[in-house]
Amino acid sequence: MAYSDKVIDHYNNPRNVGQMDKNSSEVGTGLVGAPECGDVMRLQIKVNPETQIIEEAKFKTFGCGSAIASSSLATEWVKGKTVEEAMQIKNTDIVKELALPPVKIHCSVLAEDAIRAAIGDWKKKNGVAESAPVHAVAAQ
Amino acid sequence: MSNTDNGSVAVPAGVQLPIYMDNHATSQLDPRVLEAMLPYFTSKFGNAASRNHSFGWEAEQGVETAREQIARLIGATAKEIIFTSGATESNNLAIKGIAEMYKERGNHIITQVTEHKAVLDTCKRLEKYGYRVTYLPVKADGLIDLDDLKRAMDDKTILVSIMFANNEIGVVQPVAEIGKLCHERNVIFHTDAVQAVGKIPVDVNAMNIDVLSLTAHKLYGPKGVGALYVRRRNPRVQISAQLDGGGHERGMRSGTLNVPGIVGLGAACEIAREEMESEAARLIRLREKLKAKLEGALDYVHVNGSMEHRLPGNLNMSFVYVEGESLLMGINEIAVSSGSACTSATLEPSYVLKALGLGDDVAHSSIRFGLGRFNNEAEVDYVADKLIDIVQKLRELSPLYEMVKEGIDISKIEWQAH
Repeated sequence: MAYSDKVIDHYNNPRNVGQMDKNSSEVGTGLVGAPECGDVMRLQIKVNPETQIIEEAKFKTFGCGSAIASSSLATEWVKGKTVEEAMQIKNTDIVKELALPPVKIHCSVLAEDAIRAAIGDWKKKNGVAESAPVHAVAAQ
Repeated sequence: MSNTDNGSVAVPAGVQLPIYMDNHATSQLDPRVLEAMLPYFTSKFGNAASRNHSFGWEAEQGVETAREQIARLIGATAKEIIFTSGATESNNLAIKGIAEMYKERGNHIITQVTEHKAVLDTCKRLEKYGYRVTYLPVKADGLIDLDDLKRAMDDKTILVSIMFANNEIGVVQPVAEIGKLCHERNVIFHTDAVQAVGKIPVDVNAMNIDVLSLTAHKLYGPKGVGALYVRRRNPRVQISAQLDGGGHERGMRSGTLNVPGIVGLGAACEIAREEMESEAARLIRLREKLKAKLEGALDYVHVNGSMEHRLPGNLNMSFVYVEGESLLMGINEIAVSSGSACTSATLEPSYVLKALGLGDDVAHSSIRFGLGRFNNEAEVDYVADKLIDIVQKLRELSPLYEMVKEGIDISKIEWQAH
C-alpha cells in the first residue's frame, strides 16, 4: 500500500499516545472496532468543566497504518475544540487530510466513531443531554 | 520509515537494503540460469516446432535437455513433462483436463481448503458444470487427516488434488500416503508442488503422484514458464487439452514453446537438484535462528502450522496484539508478506490461517517469512532485530496489549464490529 507522507508521519511519530484515568469525571473514553476486524481504537478526551473545551486527548490503536494515522490525527483535531465543535469532525475530513486510499476509508469512519464515543461517554458521566445521533457516512 | 531516520536498529555490515525474504511469492533468477537462457533469445532463437532447419533443431535440443533436467529432479521421464505458462495454467490443465477426460467414470473431486486459488477456483468452476467437490478441512497443524480423505472417497471419485507444500504456512502434506490411498482406489492423484519442487525431495514414483504442477519462478528460474508432469504408465493418465491449436506437447498443450523460459526452467531444476540437500540444511539453520530470536525477545508470538512437516525456508508467525500491515509498514525495507486483511483488497484475513482454527484477530497479526538461496545470516539477524523493535513499538500503541497486560480478558469485551 502506497501511503501519503502524512500517514507515514503519523505512523512514525504518533501524537498523543497513552491513556488517562477513565474513572475521572472530566475524561470521556471511546473504544471502537473489534480485534476480529483488525482495528481497535481507544480515544480519550479530557474536558474542562467550565469551558467545555477539550484540553487533552489520548489514543491507543491496534490496526493498520491508516488506522493509527486516523486516530492520531483525531486526537490532534479534537484538542482545543469544544465538545460540540469536536462532534462536527467528519470522517471525510480525515480521508482528505491523510489522502487515504478508498479501501482505507473504514479507518477514518472508525476514528469519527471513536470521537463520538468518547464525547458520548463524557456526556453520560456529566449528565449532559446526548444530542441527536449523527451517523458516520463512509464515502465509497 | 527508512533506516537512517529510525536509528534504533543499526544495519550491520554485509546487509544490503532492501532485503528480500518473500521467496514463496517469487524468487530471484539465479545468474547461472540467466546465463543458460541468454543464447536462446538471440542466436538460438528458432521455433522448437520447426523440423526442417537447424534453427528449429537447436531450439528443440534446448527444450529436450530441459525436459530431462526437470524429469530428473522429480523422478519422472522426459516424455512425461508438458510445458505450460506457469503453475496456474498447470493446475487448470490438470484439473479441468482430467475432469473432462474421465467424466464417464465419475464426477467427484477431492481437494482441501488450504489449496491455492488456482486449484480452489478451478474446482468451483467445475461445480457449476455438475462436478461434485469435497473440500477437506485441515487440522490445527495444517495437515489433512488421512481418515477424512478415505471417508471422502467414493466410487464416483476420479481425482484427488492436494498440494505438496502450502504457500503460506509451508506445511508439507503426507503426499506419499495420499498417493498410496489414491492408487489403491484407482483414483488419479494430482499435486500442486510449486513450493516443494527443488526445495525438498519429490519423487513421483515413490510417492504415487500421477500429475504434478510446477513453475520456474519459485525455484530461481524465470517467470511465465511452468510444467505439468503427466504419468505415462501405471496408470497412463490422459488429459483433455484446454487450448486448441497446433497439437504441441503431445496434443495436451498447444502453443509455440517459450524456449528461453523452458531452458531456464531446466537449468533451475538442475541447480536445485545438485544443491538441494546442503541448501535445505542451511535454510533450516537460518529459519531456526530467526524463530529463536523472535521467540526469545517477544511474548505472545506463535508459529502457524506444523514445525515438523514444513518447508526449510518457511516461517509463519503471529505477533498477537499488533496488526500485520502496520508491522510491514515498520519494516518497509524488508520484503515479507502478511495474512492481514489490510494488505489485501478483499479485507478478509488469510483463509489458510483461518482454516487452522486461528481467530481473525490472530490471522491479522501474522507475518510470512520466505527464506531463500540469496539470504544470509546477517540478514536474518537484522530482520529479527528490526521486527522485535517494531513489535515492541506497536505494542506500546496497542490498546489490546495494554488490556492483556492489565489482566483484562479481551475476549469478554463486547466489541462493536464494523
